Amino acid sequence: MNPSLVRELVPAVIGVLVRRGADFASAEDAVQEALIRALETWPDDPPRDAKAWLVAAAWRKFLDAARAEKSRRGREQTVKVEPPAGPVPGTDDSLWLYFLCAHPSLSPGSAAALTLRAVGGLTTRQIAAAYLVPEATMAQRISRAKRSIAGLPLDRPGDLATVLRVLYLVFNEGYGGDVDLVAEAIRLTRQLAASTDEPEVAGLLALMLLHHARRASRLGPGGRLVPLGEQDRSRWDTGLIAEGVTILQAALARDRLGEYQAQAAIAALHADAPAAAETDWVQIVEWYDELLHLTGSPVVRLNRAVAVGEADGPQAGLAELSKVDPGLPRFTAVRAYLLERAGDLARAAELYAEASRAATSLPERDHLTREAARVRQALRS
Amino acid sequence: MAKYLLLKHYRGAPAAVNDVQMDQWTTEELTAHVQYMEDFVARLEATGEYVENQALSPQGTFVRSDGEGRPPVTDGPFAETKDLIAGWMVIDVESYERALEVAAELSAAPGAGGRPVQEWLELRPFYTAMCTVTE
Repeated sequence: MNPSLVRELVPAVIGVLVRRGADFASAEDAVQEALIRALETWPDDPPRDAKAWLVAAAWRKFLDAARAEKSRRGREQTVKVEPPAGPVPGTDDSLWLYFLCAHPSLSPGSAAALTLRAVGGLTTRQIAAAYLVPEATMAQRISRAKRSIAGLPLDRPGDLATVLRVLYLVFNEGYGGDVDLVAEAIRLTRQLAASTDEPEVAGLLALMLLHHARRASRLGPGGRLVPLGEQDRSRWDTGLIAEGVTILQAALARDRLGEYQAQAAIAALHADAPAAAETDWVQIVEWYDELLHLTGSPVVRLNRAVAVGEADGPQAGLAELSKVDPGLPRFTAVRAYLLERAGDLARAAELYAEASRAATSLPERDHLTREAARVRQALRS
Repeated sequence: MAKYLLLKHYRGAPAAVNDVQMDQWTTEELTAHVQYMEDFVARLEATGEYVENQALSPQGTFVRSDGEGRPPVTDGPFAETKDLIAGWMVIDVESYERALEVAAELSAAPGAGGRPVQEWLELRPFYTAMCTVTE
């Protein structure tokens, strides 16, 4: 039995339960219990129709819970507990689940956790392990999230931009362990792309695939960070790159550009270059212009300064950098890099060291410390 | 979400506003303090921000290698002036601002005279795993 295939059924099954009258939180709990039951029994006794089995099992769990709740309150009623069993619609309900789990009333962290559980079908334990927090903490986070969206109507289309941000957030977490959040984010985005007709969803999927394709080459021995220019391109996953590019081209052809498509276009230009020196930096700068136009983001401006530095030389890059807020993360590292290329080694070494102290991840800190040491060594010799 | 370490010092941090050693508190003051800490942890658990919490004995020893084949060296005459960690709490919160809020709440635990201790806590971010995307 493939657990990932089973998990794909989760949003649809929750959808059926809610359409039959269950509230979202109870439906979600019931499906989790059915899922655990499935993982136990299916290896010996595989069902003919996995979705129907899950619907039946989850509905039974829901009724049990509803009855237990009733009797706990001591309200013995002759009225039937069951809401009438409605038809199981053939349409996919997973779309509104995405919107619900990424509701703007939730904090990004809670939205990510709830999405992984209700749409992704992961257990609380798996999510907790992926985020390196105790299971009880994650359970609380998820039940709070469920409480805060309890009264929301489930029929209105939500904000797609929020959904995409949550999926991108999951992708960026990427902790290893039992569940690979990167792979999980790709799986969910594929699922979303299959049920929506929106170029930005395709753009995000393409972006994830193009980044993921370079994963094997991004870290060297001992978790050492390898910058893009030095990566062993033979280790890039050409299958994923081809798929990402195809998806992106189809999205761009729709002529409704968005930030994820523009980011994916930049990633595609990097992925296309047979060697770092053959990177089409001029075109990359053009895409950064589009991206800046779409987002106005200072982070984009910072990245753009790097691209300008590659396309028109370090002085041009430094000129662009002077228009960027120096308080931004990685500003100092970028300045060090451009100054080194412009020949100011002494200042570059100082700034690399300064940037290493402000780094937020270990591989990054070690990389910048090594850069500082390398430039200092060059100065001495 | 980002993880932070809240470090509590026996020694080494600036003096608390209500700076009275715990062994000079009344039993009621101690009980109130312990209760506050338990409630504090329970609140963090309920918000899904709790990761872990450990108290450390003051019996700390500095150790270093003294070269191959020799027993390790432990600290000697300067032990009384060293920084001593009393314990830590790890939280997982949405933002730096929220981390400050939580730390301030912990620092406000009641002490002598039932007034907040207002001790200094050290707040340190964890290194994260590297982002998949440079953004």
